[in-house]
Amino acid sequence: MILLMLIMVLIIGGFLSWYAEQWGPMWPRKVALAALSFDALLVMVLLFSSDSVTIPQIPESTDWIAHIQITWLPRFGISMNLALDGLSLLLVTLTVFLGFVALSSAWTEITERVGFFHFNLLWTLAGVLGVFLAMDLFLFFVFWEIMIVPMYLLISIWGHEDRHYAAIKFFIFTQVSGLLMLLAIIALVFAARAESGVFSFNYFDLLNTNFGADTGYWLMLGFFIAFVVKLPAVPFHTWLPDAHTQAPTAGSVILAGILLKTGAYGLMRFVVPLFPDAVYEFAPIAMTIGVISIIYGAKLAFAQSDIKRLIAYSSISHMGFILVGVFALNGIAYQGAVMTMMAHGISSAALFMIAGSIQQRIHTRDMERMGGLWQDVPKLSALALFFSISALGMPGLGNFVGEFLVLIGSFQQNFLITTIAALGLILAPIYSLILVQKVFHGVRSEQHAISDFGCREILTMMAMVVILVCMGLYPQPLMDLARPAVDDGLFRVITFTGEQQ
Amino acid sequence: MNGVGLIGILPIIVLAAASVVLMLMIAVKRDYQLAWRGALAGVVAALLSIPIAASVAPTTATDLMIVDGFALFFSALLLVTGAYVLIFSYRYFQVREGENEEFFLLILIALLGAVTMVYSNHFASFFVGLETLSVALFALIAYPVKQRRSLEAAFKYLVLSGVSSAFLLFGMALIYAETGTMAFAEMSLVLSPAGEHPYSLVGIIMILIALGFKLSLVPFHMWTPDIYQGAPAPVTAFVATVSKGAILAVWLRMFIAFGLNTSEALVTVMSLLAYFTIIVGNILALLQNNIKRMLAYSSIAHLGYILVIFCAGFSTDGELVSEAVMLYLVVYILTTLGSFGIVTALSPDNREAETLDDYTGLFWRHPLLAAQFTIMLLALAGIPLTAGFIAKFYVFMAGVQGDLWLLLWMVVIGSGFGLFYYLRIVKVMIKPRTGNRFDSNIKVSITRIEWIAQTLLTVIIIYLGVVPGGLIEMLGDIGRGIG
Repeated sequence: MILLMLIMVLIIGGFLSWYAEQWGPMWPRKVALAALSFDALLVMVLLFSSDSVTIPQIPESTDWIAHIQITWLPRFGISMNLALDGLSLLLVTLTVFLGFVALSSAWTEITERVGFFHFNLLWTLAGVLGVFLAMDLFLFFVFWEIMIVPMYLLISIWGHEDRHYAAIKFFIFTQVSGLLMLLAIIALVFAARAESGVFSFNYFDLLNTNFGADTGYWLMLGFFIAFVVKLPAVPFHTWLPDAHTQAPTAGSVILAGILLKTGAYGLMRFVVPLFPDAVYEFAPIAMTIGVISIIYGAKLAFAQSDIKRLIAYSSISHMGFILVGVFALNGIAYQGAVMTMMAHGISSAALFMIAGSIQQRIHTRDMERMGGLWQDVPKLSALALFFSISALGMPGLGNFVGEFLVLIGSFQQNFLITTIAALGLILAPIYSLILVQKVFHGVRSEQHAISDFGCREILTMMAMVVILVCMGLYPQPLMDLARPAVDDGLFRVITFTGEQQ
Repeated sequence: MNGVGLIGILPIIVLAAASVVLMLMIAVKRDYQLAWRGALAGVVAALLSIPIAASVAPTTATDLMIVDGFALFFSALLLVTGAYVLIFSYRYFQVREGENEEFFLLILIALLGAVTMVYSNHFASFFVGLETLSVALFALIAYPVKQRRSLEAAFKYLVLSGVSSAFLLFGMALIYAETGTMAFAEMSLVLSPAGEHPYSLVGIIMILIALGFKLSLVPFHMWTPDIYQGAPAPVTAFVATVSKGAILAVWLRMFIAFGLNTSEALVTVMSLLAYFTIIVGNILALLQNNIKRMLAYSSIAHLGYILVIFCAGFSTDGELVSEAVMLYLVVYILTTLGSFGIVTALSPDNREAETLDDYTGLFWRHPLLAAQFTIMLLALAGIPLTAGFIAKFYVFMAGVQGDLWLLLWMVVIGSGFGLFYYLRIVKVMIKPRTGNRFDSNIKVSITRIEWIAQTLLTVIIIYLGVVPGGLIEMLGDIGRGIG
C-alpha cells in the first residue's frame, strides 16, 4: 500500500499544483513541496522498517521490503505489481531527494505557467518511481513511457533556444527503443506461456524462463537497446547532449540525476536476472561499448564550449563505468556500478544546478564569455569546484568509491578493457578542471553584476555535499542495501556458467 | 422471415423510417434546427432499439442478415459515431451558406448503409449496404457545392467507388461461379481447404482490392488525402470512421467466417499490403503541413497496423485476431473522431482550421481544447494511459504470436515516424503566440453540446487506456460468436 501511495501522492500532487496556480504563483511550488515532503516521509518509513515480505513465487527470499499486487488485466495476466527491495529503495530515495533539488532549482527560474510546470515535474517523478517499483513488465513499460511525456513537455515549453528539436529527439529515441523492449517483453511472455500455459507479465513468474540460446540472445538485445539508449552509451547517446542542454535547470537535474539511472536500473533488474546465459555471452561486447563511451564521452566533454554540454558529455563518460561494472559480472564491480549511479546522480544534478544558476545570472552558457566569476560569486564557485572534483573521482567522495570498485572488479574479468577504462580517470580531471579554469578563474571577459547563492541554494547544495562526503567515507550502508539484488543477479549468471563447465 | 428476425434488425428499420420521416419533414418545412434534432432523434432511437434487438440474438433475418453480438456491437459503435458527427456538424453547417437541412438526411442514409453492412451475412446485402453508403457519401463530400475542392473530391470518390464496385462484383461472381453460394455461412464449408479453389482465391483477392480502395490501403490510397482535404471536416470524420469501420468489420466477418486465415496466398498478399501501407502512409504523413492531409496519411498507416493483425491470423488462433482487430478499430474510430472533432470546432466560419498556423499557441488560448487534442494525438501515437496504447499492444501481441518479426519492425519504425508528425502538432500548440496575427482568424465558438461530446470522448479514451478489461472481455465474447 505504501508503494502505491508513493506514486499516487505525486500524481495527485501534480493535479493539485496545477489547480493551485489560480491562487498565485507561489502556491504550485508549495503544493509540490508538500507532496514531495510527504513522499520523503514515506521513504523514511521504508528506510527504517526492518520488515520483509514474502513474494509468493520466491517464498524463501527475505530481500523484499514491501509488495503490493492488484489484478489489472486478467486476460493477459497483467497486474499492478509493485515491490521494493534494497536496490529499488536506494533509487527511490535518490529520486525523491533530487525531486527536492529540482524544485529548489526551479523556485525562481520558472516564472511562466508555474502550475503546469510543477504538474509535469511531479508526474515525471511519479513515472520514475513507477519504473523503480514495477515488478510487472507491462506496468514497467507503462511507467517507462509515462515519464517521457511530461519530460518532453518540460523541455519543450520551458527549455532554451533549440528546445523543440531537442525535446522531439529525446521523445523519439526513447519511444522507439522502448517499443523494441515491448516487443522483447511480449516475446518473453509468449516463451514463458509455452512452458506454463498461461499468460503472465509478472516479473517473478518470468524469472527462470527457459528458451533456446538464440531466442534469449535476441530478447536480451531488445531490453539492452532500450536501456542503453536511456543510459546512454555510444552510439545511442546523441539525444542526450541536446536534451540536457536545452532543458530548464530542473529538467536537466532530473534527466541527469534520475532518468539516466532508469537505464542502469533496467540492466540490473531485468537484463541480468532474466537472461543470465545471454548476458554471459554478450558481456565482452557490452563492456567494450562501455569503455568506448568512457573515452569518447570524455573526449567530447573536453571539446565543448557550452557548459551544460560539457556536463552532459561527462555524464556519458560516467555512465560508461556503469555499463562496464554491470557486465563485468563480478560482485565488486556490480556494487561499484550501484555506487556510481548514486554518486553521479547527486554530483551531476549539482553541476547542472550550478550551470543553470550561472545561466540564469549571466544569460549565457558559453564558457568563452565567462571567466573570473570567482570574484563575483565566491560561494557558487567554491561549490562548483567541490562538485567538479567529486565528479572527477577524488578519493574520499562518492564518485571515487563507485568508479574504483568498478575498476577493481572488472580488472579480474578483463584486463585490457579495464586498463583502457582507467584512462577515463585521467581524462575526467582534464575536462572538469578546464571547466573550473575557464568559468571561475582567469580574466573577466565581461562585467557581470550578479548575486551569489542565496540561502535556499546553499541549503540544497550543502545537503548534496554532505551526502557525497558520507558516501565517500562510509559507503557500507548503501552497499548492504544493494547487496541482495546484486547477489541475486550474479547468482543466476554464476549458476549458469557453473552448468556450462 | 419471422417476427424474431424483424426485431433483430430493428435498428435498420428505425434508421430507414427516420430517413423517410426526416425527408418529409424537410419537404414540409425547412428548419435547420428541427432537421438536426430529427436526425439526432432518429440515431438515438436506433441506438435504443439495439438492446431490444439484442434480446433475440443470435438469430438470422432471412439469409441476408445475421443478428449476433458482432452486428449489434458494430451497429452501436457506428451509430454513436454518426451521432457525434451530427453533433459536430450542427454549428459548422449553421454558419455556412446553402440549404443545409439535407445534410442530416444524407448522414442518416449513409448510416443505414453502414449498419446494413455489419449485419450482412450474404454478398447481396453486403453490396446493397456498401452502395447505399457510397452514394450518400458522394453527396456528402460534394455538399459545399460552390467549392471546387469539394467537387473535385466527390468526383474522385465517385470514380474510385465505381472501380471498387466493379472489382467487388467480379470477385463475388468468381466465388459464386465456383462455390454456387453467396451466403457467408455456407462459405466456410465449401471453401476449405482454400488452396484447392483457385477461382475463389482470385475472387477473394479481388474483393480485398475493392475494399482496399475504400480502406485506402497502399497502393490503392491515391484518393485519400484529396478527399480528406476537400470534404467538409465533419464529412471527413464520417468517411474516416463510419465508412472505414463498417468495411473493415465486414472484412473481419468474412475473414473469420470463411476461414480465410488458412490461406497462405491471401496472407502473403495481405502482408505485402501491410508493408507498403505502413511505410508509405507514415512517410507521406511526415511531409504534410495540412492537418487534414496529415490525418489522412496517418489513418492509412493505422489501417496498415490493423492489417498486421490479420496477417497474424495465419499462425494463431482466430480468437486473438478478431479481438485485436475489433479493439484497434474501436480505438481508431474514437481517436479519429476526436481529432476531427477538434478540427471542426476550431474552424472559423468561412474556412477550415487545417494549417499548422491555426493551432499556434492553442495551449495558451484554449488550454482544455489543446489538452484534449494532445491526448487524441498521443492516443494515435500509442502512448500508455490512452486507449491507443492498448491497441498498439494488441498489434504487438498478435504479431509476436504470428512470428511476424519483419512486419513488427515496420510497426516500430512507423511508430517512430508517427510520433514525429503527431508531436509536430503538439509542438505548434505549445509555441507561444507571436503578435496578434491569429486573433482575428481563430475565434472558437464551440457549442456546449460539442464541449460535452468532446470531453466525453477524451474521458473514454483515457478510461479505456487505464481499465480496458471490460471492453476486452466483451470483444472476446463477440469474437467467439462470429465463427
